[in-house]
Order: sequence, then structure tokens, then C-alpha cells
Amino acid sequence: MPFKLLRQGFRRTKALDRILPVQQPLARNYDVIIIGGGGHGLATAYYLAKYHGIRRVAVLERGYLAGGNTARNTAIVRSNYLTPEGVAFYAESISLFKTLSIELDFNIMYSERGHLTLAHTDAAIRTSRWRAEVNKHLGVDSELISPDEIRRLCPQLNLSSKARYPILGALYHPPGAVVRHDAVAWGYAAAAARLGVEIHVDTAVTGIIKDGNRAIGVKTSRGTAHAERILQAVAGSSSHVAEMAGFRLPIRTIPLQACVSQPLKPFLDPIIVSGSLHVYVSQSSRGELVMGGSTDPYPLYASRSTLEFKEGLMAHMLELFPFLAEIKVMRQWAGIADMTPDFSPIMGVTPVDNYFIDAGWGTWGFKATPVCGKRLAEMIANGRPPKLIEPFALNRFQRFVQIGERGAASVGH
Amino acid sequence: MKILNCPLNGPRNISEFACLGEVKTVPPPDAGTADWANFVFTERNAAGLVREWWIHIATNYVFIVDRDTLTEETIRTYRVNDPLLSQSLGPGGTK
Ligand SMILES: Cc1cc2nc3c(=O)[nH]c(=O)nc-3n(C[C@H](O)[C@H](O)[C@H](O)COP(=O)(O)OP(=O)(O)OC[C@H]3O[C@@H](n4cnc5c(N)ncnc54)[C@H](O)[C@@H]3O)c2cc1C
Repeated sequence: MPFKLLRQGFRRTKALDRILPVQQPLARNYDVIIIGGGGHGLATAYYLAKYHGIRRVAVLERGYLAGGNTARNTAIVRSNYLTPEGVAFYAESISLFKTLSIELDFNIMYSERGHLTLAHTDAAIRTSRWRAEVNKHLGVDSELISPDEIRRLCPQLNLSSKARYPILGALYHPPGAVVRHDAVAWGYAAAAARLGVEIHVDTAVTGIIKDGNRAIGVKTSRGTAHAERILQAVAGSSSHVAEMAGFRLPIRTIPLQACVSQPLKPFLDPIIVSGSLHVYVSQSSRGELVMGGSTDPYPLYASRSTLEFKEGLMAHMLELFPFLAEIKVMRQWAGIADMTPDFSPIMGVTPVDNYFIDAGWGTWGFKATPVCGKRLAEMIANGRPPKLIEPFALNRFQRFVQIGERGAASVGH
Repeated sequence: MKILNCPLNGPRNISEFACLGEVKTVPPPDAGTADWANFVFTERNAAGLVREWWIHIATNYVFIVDRDTLTEETIRTYRVNDPLLSQSLGPGGTK
């Protein structure tokens, strides 16, 4: 590869292979239209084409490919959730992730690091023990470990008992990993396009065309298209697009910020999360510390960054790693997260016929990209949701059967 | 740093406040579970003008804020019994 690059560098023409074919005008009819060209939409298109033989599929993306939360997340993948429904679902995602590079013939740079959720209070120890037991019961590798074991895994942590919030233990989840997020989206896009899926960027959906209560097509900034079935997978814009289809959601849209430090020599292998201190950090393959915290304090559709976020985050980072005091923050950004009241996603049918939804992914949906693609494709092909995702139906809020994941989903991702 | 104009305490740092959610029409007490579920969970979640309940935490003072969720501008704050509230049937949240 380096020689190929070098040779290419001396040529005048740009001959490198395109990952996606040149965009054509929208066709008039498709079998399936997917609104939103993030990881979830692209993965669904891929599984539809590859495993269900449905290839007349169009993915419509308002901006550039996977430039929403897929491009903005901190790329942590894990399955140590709290509810049995959640654990089973995310565990399937991890098993798909492990072989995804081969499946897509695209290196997603899957890097298993181990994931430590630190506990600084008795209550946090109790939750960790609870999570560990639910996880083990469902075959997911998790255990509660002591400060001595934490020291062995991550000697850089400040484990002093004199810290403001001493570390009492941790939930240790060895399969926790980081993955190259853009590669996941591009890998699915390239593989889907090879199977005939059309990917249209710069194509904003502006209206849903209905015949009675049945969705039959979409209006877009590049013309109108019809489809047998439609999926919306638009993360931060979920309420807005659902309104076009004629229903409302139990979602509040709130920014989530993140930042990276200047690159450092590799020193931090595991992913470290502290719910009590509202921080998490991992070191990327480029050496940058990738850092994040909780969502902003109030709903907003603006992806600006704030000083308050960085002040709080850095103060807490220094409690965990005091020696980072001189290290500079290099980049910062925000994504627009679609938050549900129970911190679980919404997947399934909607009040509108032939119109499906994938939303409420808030701050935790990157890790679900493969399983969402696979199971949403199955749902669209068969017209009804498979067992694994049934508990996440939109109407669970009408039936008062929520899936409370707050303790496992919030700061942890 | 964002400043919010509290009708009781005057302009204060926004970190002293918490957002309590959209102003919604409360269903009548004998409404069915569907209406109550809707009231509790369903959000308008508008990108643009919204009308919300806020609280000043230190003084436990609850009031109403009109703001723009695209520009992060506060348009106006009201005491809950402000007669203006019924006149300028604000931008949103009341349905
Ligand atoms: C800072 C941050 C850190 C995060 N960290 C993690 C993490 O460590 N682990 C984890 O699992 N999750 C994490 N998440 C959450 C994760 O990023 C998201 O849940 C996930 O990427 C959602 O994927 P998606 O494909 O549904 O959405 P997106 O990637 O946002 O894709 C939706 C697309 O829909 C498009 N769209 C919107 N409206 C329209 C329209 N009208 N017409 C056409 N297209 C439209 C948008 O442009 C967008 O590209 C994080 C999120 C943020 C913001």
C-alpha cells in the first residue's frame, strides 16, 4: 500500500478507486427509503441488500455521509448494561462488531481495551454488582473488582484514599472496545453500494407523502420519491422528521460535547469511566485522549461548545490523572443527542403504516450500529419487529413498560 | 457564561437553574391513561421557539421561560401568574 500511494503521488491523474459511485438523480420508486445517512441508516441498507435480497434501496442524507452523531461520537463499544433486554441487544452488537472488518472487507480498527466503570460511592458499588450479575447471567463478561486489581489494570489512575472521591472499586468489562467510527459508516456504505443500494447525500427530506394513514413516499430537496416502506433514522432530528410523518415522540434533543487532548505516547490501555465524576476517557490510536462527560443541562439544537463543560470535565479528569495538568485540549465539538426518558432507544413500527422508526439513541447508539442494521433490516423485510427489538417499541410509553437504562447508559456510553 | 433573568432573583448565572420541561396542557383528572401517558412522555421538542418551566434551584422558585432552541437566546421570562402569558400565547409548548 505505501508504494502504491507513493507511485500515485507522482502521477498527474487521480486514479484511486472511488468508494461510492457518482451520485445519480433520485429514481421515482424504491422498495425501501431510509431517511438519514448515519451509521444506522447505512447499516440497515447493507443488511437489506445482502441478507434479504432487497436492493432497490435509497439512503437519503441531508448533509455529507455520516456527518451527524456517527462522526461525532467517542467510539466506545460495550455491552455491560443493566436491563436484560439491553444486555442481550448490545451483546449481539459486539459479536457482529468483532467480525465486521471481514464482513465488510473494510478495516474498522476494532481495538479491544477493557472498560472500567469506577465506583466512588457505596451506591455505585451496589449498581456495579447488580450490573455484573445481570451481565454474567446473560453470558457477558463483567465483574466487580477491587482497587488493587484496578491498579494492576491501570496503574496511572489516582487510587489514593485521600482523593476527594476515593475509588472504591470498579465494574470491569474486558470486551469493552474502541472502533474507528467513520470506518464503520464508510464500510457499510461501500458494501451497500456494491450491492446496488443508492446513497444520496445533500438530499434533505422535507415532507412525508401519505395516502390516508399509509406513508408512500418522501419530498426532498432533490425531488420526490416513492417507496413501499420507509425508515427514519435521523438521531438529533427525530422529533422534526416524525412531525412531518404526523406523530410526536417522547424525545428531548440535548447537545453532548466531547474533546481530545494533544497526542501523547500510548500510556492508557483501558477505557475509564466515572459516573460520579461525570467523565470518561480513552486513548486513541493517534495518541489523543478522547474525553467526554454528560449531556448539556437543557435542550438545544445548537452544536456549540461551552466553557462550563470543559471546566467541569478537566477538573474531574485531574482528580483521576493529576499528571495531565500541563496537557492541552486540542479539539472540541458537540453532537445533537435524541434523549428518551428511560435512556433506551426506540425501534419499531409507528402510528403511520409502512413507516418505521429508529430513534432515541441519545449518547449511546454508536455501539448499536451493526445490530440495529441487522435487526431493522429484518423488521423492514418482514413487516414486523424481531423478538430482540420488540421491547424497544415506541408504544412502550403508552403501556408504561419502560426499560430503565439510566444507570448504565448515561455517562458511560 | 449564560445569564437567565429570574423574575424573583434578577439576572443569575444559568448554572443556578434547571429546566423542568415544556409547558403542556394538563389533562382533566378523569382523562384516560393514553392522555396521561401523552402528557407525561410526549414532547413537542421544537427546533426554534419553546415555552418551558424553569426553576431557580437555590430559592426553589419556579417560573416560565420563552427561548429559542436553535440560537440559544432567551426571549422572555415570566412569573407563573403573569397576565402576559395568556395574551402572547407563546411560541410553543402549549399544545
Ligand atoms: C459527543 C458524542 C459522543 C458519543 N459517544 C458515544 C460512544 O462512545 N459510544 C456510543 O455507543 N455512542 C456514542 N454516542 C452516540 C452515537 O453517536 C449516536 O447514538 C449514533 O451515532 C447514532 O447514529 P445514527 O446513524 O442514528 O445517527 P447520525 O449519525 O446522527 O445520522 C443521522 C443522519 O440523519 C441526517 N438527517 C437528519 N435530518 C434529515 C432529513 N430531514 N433528511 C435527510 N437526512 C437527515 C443527519 O444529517 C445525520 O447524518 C455519542 C454521541 C455524541 C454526540
